[in-house]
Amino acid sequence: MKEITYKKALNEAIYEEMLTDQNIFIVGLDIAKYGGAFGVTEGLYEKFPNRIFDMPISEAGYTGAAVGAAMTGMRPIVELQISDWVTIASDQIVNNGANMPYLLMGKTSVPLVMRLPSGGYLSYGCQHSHSWESWFCFIPGIKVVLPSTPYDAKGLMKSAIRDNNIVIFLEHKKLYNTTGLIPKEEYIVPIGKANILKEGSDITIISYSYVINKVIKAVKILEEDNINVEILDLRTVKPLDEETIINSVKKTGKALIVQEVWKNCSVASEVSAMISEKCFDYLDHQVVRITAKESPIPFSPVLENHVLPQTEDIVAEVKKIF
Amino acid sequence: MHTNLKKELLEMMLRIRYFEETAKDLYKEGQIPGSIHLYTGEEAIAAGACANLKDTDYISSTHRGHGHIIARGGDLNRVMAELFGKSDGYNGGRGGSMHIATMELGILGANGIVGAGIPLATGAAFSSWLRKSDQVVICFFGDSATNQGTFHESLNIASIFSLPVVYICENNLYGVGTCIKNTSKCQQLSMRSMSYGIEGITIDGNDVMRVYEIVKKAIEKARNGNGPTFIEAETYRWNSHFEGEPDNYRPAGEVELWKKNDPISRFEKEIIKQNIMKRNEISTLHSKTKEEVDKAVKFAFESKFPDVDDVLKYVIN
Repeated sequence: MKEITYKKALNEAIYEEMLTDQNIFIVGLDIAKYGGAFGVTEGLYEKFPNRIFDMPISEAGYTGAAVGAAMTGMRPIVELQISDWVTIASDQIVNNGANMPYLLMGKTSVPLVMRLPSGGYLSYGCQHSHSWESWFCFIPGIKVVLPSTPYDAKGLMKSAIRDNNIVIFLEHKKLYNTTGLIPKEEYIVPIGKANILKEGSDITIISYSYVINKVIKAVKILEEDNINVEILDLRTVKPLDEETIINSVKKTGKALIVQEVWKNCSVASEVSAMISEKCFDYLDHQVVRITAKESPIPFSPVLENHVLPQTEDIVAEVKKIF
Repeated sequence: MHTNLKKELLEMMLRIRYFEETAKDLYKEGQIPGSIHLYTGEEAIAAGACANLKDTDYISSTHRGHGHIIARGGDLNRVMAELFGKSDGYNGGRGGSMHIATMELGILGANGIVGAGIPLATGAAFSSWLRKSDQVVICFFGDSATNQGTFHESLNIASIFSLPVVYICENNLYGVGTCIKNTSKCQQLSMRSMSYGIEGITIDGNDVMRVYEIVKKAIEKARNGNGPTFIEAETYRWNSHFEGEPDNYRPAGEVELWKKNDPISRFEKEIIKQNIMKRNEISTLHSKTKEEVDKAVKFAFESKFPDVDDVLKYVIN
């Protein structure tokens, strides 16, 4: 094993895949010599000068071009500098890319990775703090992953690049410089498989991406009260690993979902509905959701921290159940 | 000069014309679900442009796309079956008139969103450039697509990388019910490509040989690595935006005026004058293409509707 940062883990995954598949190329803003706004592509341009291209600030243009390239034999990776701006590119992803394999009846695929630096807790304000997983989960034909550790970042990036479909890859900005251990040898993390981060017997907490760190802290506090929590890191939110969620909730009889983003029509809504459909007889408490408050993401740390879920919120909600 | 080519171009224009006129009747009869946008009056552009393509090249099309698909070599049977929503259509009834796409013919798709196909075409050109293949892309769109951000972003990207793409704007004067003169102050839309350092030219889109020659040059330029060209082809659609639309926005007499400028009759006169074909030979070509369309209609009627149990077959979830 070796210690590595989240962003370097992503960088290694991309580098290794580019070595083995000549059809992979990257487009985005400031990704060549500059190395990307968060440094994920650092050093790659020197290794692959003809496969990494700085683009004009034209999100719809280059994302659509990536869809067109993916339809014609290439495997593009798009870095959008800040995930919030995927709204500008989303017509090309949703109305062109996601429909194409269906219209072309499986004969042509769209192997495209959309890398989106996302998330809040940074006082970046209301146009640089979003994470749009809820939107993309809604679209048939799109996969959505959000790694929370360097291990998952590398393993999921490799899976995403090898996948023949559009993968929305949400990288949390707060995680880029976090470190963790990964094997020195080749490995992948499959898309669609949740991770049981900690086994427990009293309640299942289901979460994903950066906020899972707040869950881990809360669980340590709850241990002092002898509440034994099972933690699931979804890692992929579309397709959902229903089996792992169901098995865990059947065991604990209680489910609490923690996500950074708004509640309405979100991953938490879907997981909650799925649990109610498939584990109804096993539940001894209603499903609880901890999410962002339904407000634009404010700038001031005082306000932002109030809107986004915190460790104390998780501790308090769990204690209400017990 | 170009005797066979001219015969082929006339035949292709007639094929498109009969297809569209027949589709119009079938739509009125209720045989075609949804809505259709007819290409009648604009045939010279698709026919003249696509005649320059190699089998390995690509095109992107629009909501008014039947003409492009047919000119690209689309099988009339499968195009008509798709309009009927039948299983033998190019997309097994999953797409319909506005969404015919098939990589067998390098068709990146008709597209129901104005300007949305322009980045796809640019991306196919980027792909060709990356793979160092000699494939060229023709990107068709209408006048009003030049008001979309995707148009401007794509032309800029194509220019930066000198991509092998030919942008063909079919200026039929109207974006749905609004005249382009009310939505752009450019005297000629081809002016717009100058902002991106791309050569732009405005031509008579109802002159099939002019379209053929200009596109030929643009394709050669693209294939030789000398980058994109923007061609504005001035034309007119004889029908309303979609079938059944109240056509109340075009000034009296405008349609009739443009019908006198019919790309097909114009070309027939030219061909007769040049002694390339006699009137009776042209009549034979009319009958031949009409029969092809009639057969396509029979094929579409006989084709089965898709099996509802297969509806999720090609969805990735």
